[in-house]
Amino acid sequence: MAMRPDLEIISRWIAPRSRVLDLGCGDGTLLRHLQETREVSGYGLEIDPDNIVSCVKNRVNVIQTNLDRGLSDFDEDSFDYVVMSQTLQAVNYPDRLLDEMLRVGREGIVTFPNFAHWRLRFHLTVKGRMPMSGALPHSWYNTPNIHLCTIRDFEALCESKGIRILQRMVLDHTHRRRWPSRLLPNLMGEIAMYRFRRR
Amino acid sequence: MSKTLPADSVGLVTPQTHHFDTPLPLDCGRELSSYDLVYETYGELNADRSNAILLCHALSGSHHAAGYHSEDERKPGWWEACVGPGKPIDTNRFFVVCSNNLGGCHGSTGPSSIHPTRGEPYGSDFPLVTVGDWVRSQAQLADVLGIETWAAVVGGSLGGMQALQWSIDYPERLRHAVLIAAAPKLSAQNIAFNEVARQAILSDAQFHGGRYYEQNKQPEHGLALARMLGHITYLSDDAMRAKFGREMRKGDGKLKFSFDVEFEVESYLRYQGRSFVDRFDANTYLLMTKALDYFDPAATHDHDLSAALAHVTARYLVLSFSSDWRFPPSRSREIVRALLDGDKSVSYSEIEASQGHDAFLMPIPHYQAVLGSYLANVAREVGV
Repeated sequence: MAMRPDLEIISRWIAPRSRVLDLGCGDGTLLRHLQETREVSGYGLEIDPDNIVSCVKNRVNVIQTNLDRGLSDFDEDSFDYVVMSQTLQAVNYPDRLLDEMLRVGREGIVTFPNFAHWRLRFHLTVKGRMPMSGALPHSWYNTPNIHLCTIRDFEALCESKGIRILQRMVLDHTHRRRWPSRLLPNLMGEIAMYRFRRR
Repeated sequence: MSKTLPADSVGLVTPQTHHFDTPLPLDCGRELSSYDLVYETYGELNADRSNAILLCHALSGSHHAAGYHSEDERKPGWWEACVGPGKPIDTNRFFVVCSNNLGGCHGSTGPSSIHPTRGEPYGSDFPLVTVGDWVRSQAQLADVLGIETWAAVVGGSLGGMQALQWSIDYPERLRHAVLIAAAPKLSAQNIAFNEVARQAILSDAQFHGGRYYEQNKQPEHGLALARMLGHITYLSDDAMRAKFGREMRKGDGKLKFSFDVEFEVESYLRYQGRSFVDRFDANTYLLMTKALDYFDPAATHDHDLSAALAHVTARYLVLSFSSDWRFPPSRSREIVRALLDGDKSVSYSEIEASQGHDAFLMPIPHYQAVLGSYLANVAREVGV
């Protein structure tokens, strides 16, 4: 089974035998892959009941959790990495969750759909409708994505929080790294990926 | 009148009894010089004896977890929803064992059993056994059955606490522990409910200091009251509203201005109380509630549950139910948190359910999917 390209990249960022907490781990694909290929241990946090069942089937330790209640079940520095893939935009307090990630983990890894991608800008500017895309398939009224941001927004937040970005990768709408998204990430990038730590 | 038993049932089952002559030391300092354990088994033990699952029953449960004792039996075992061929605890793959706890009243040695030397029932002289004692006796049973390691120990409510105790006391003898609707210890409110239940029994004039067997009677009134109270705590407010609302037994809607049964819920509770008396023993009820109250594995570790769990090696599945207020999800999370503290292997799910504590006995799709998926992996792991 081919893995989502962003998950493939995340797993390359994670050192073997490390401890990982995956926030909004979905069906557990990433953790399973990390367990099988990099001897990684850890837990996934997930809220959706069907995803819980999938994680259990995938032999991934999953804790049903509402991320909006924080990570109080976890002590400081319990993990090498805290990963949050395509989930930042769906939580109530993304800024506080970033703090929580770096409280319980040494490094954070975040991926999110870049709301400044040219297609979304086009959608809003020309059609005058709330943008939808492959990464953002929901209508405005039923979207779980309540805190969308752009690459510049995210980096500004990191700056204000004293978070040091260690690595950034921007993928275009085909989930590849090509020159336009390297040259003009905030315009051409559809998915933004970051690895960061406390300064 | 005989009937065809459902195809997804283990069908007709026969309880077995093992007599133990080796004395069992108890936490209270006394010992049982000899004792019986009654148990049922479903499915086949495989050649390398790796596919055995132990089920631990709840307060008023028994060894009769699944199937029927006769074709005429009206109700199957207490966990028929989850135990059987193709069910989450799949008897096509696992060898499932369920024993009646010591102190019980369904065949294992308890207060209503005849004392081996005195020739009369133990009565109130039966020692106050603990969850730890139950686990110790079940380990003896495992030896008899030739089971070195359980693939999983599974239990709901008090049974979940027993499964937790198993993982603490015999870490090398189980691969997985499944704790359903349990708690790491009882809250003051839990103990308070148990105390009212006990007082209902103890203050019944028929109790006679626990020696009521001689009169061939039991403190029926007190035991029924205890059951009625317990039953309220097993149901959620919503479930009771949906089931009874303010429905009256007689449909004319006229109030009787008396203390007779008027509301459906009164009738239901009285029926539950009455029918319980026919199948349960008051001394056993006293003892089981006390075992619950005493359960607190963290107590010997400076009240630090993660310290109590530091040495465990089992992998855990912890499940709770959203409307359970007897052992609510927050209590299961205490167990999960302690396991996380020690980097133990654990998965946790809070099942959305309206039925309250009793939900653990019901065929709720998400519940069955999580439990079934988890145990299917256990089955693969042990090679069945």
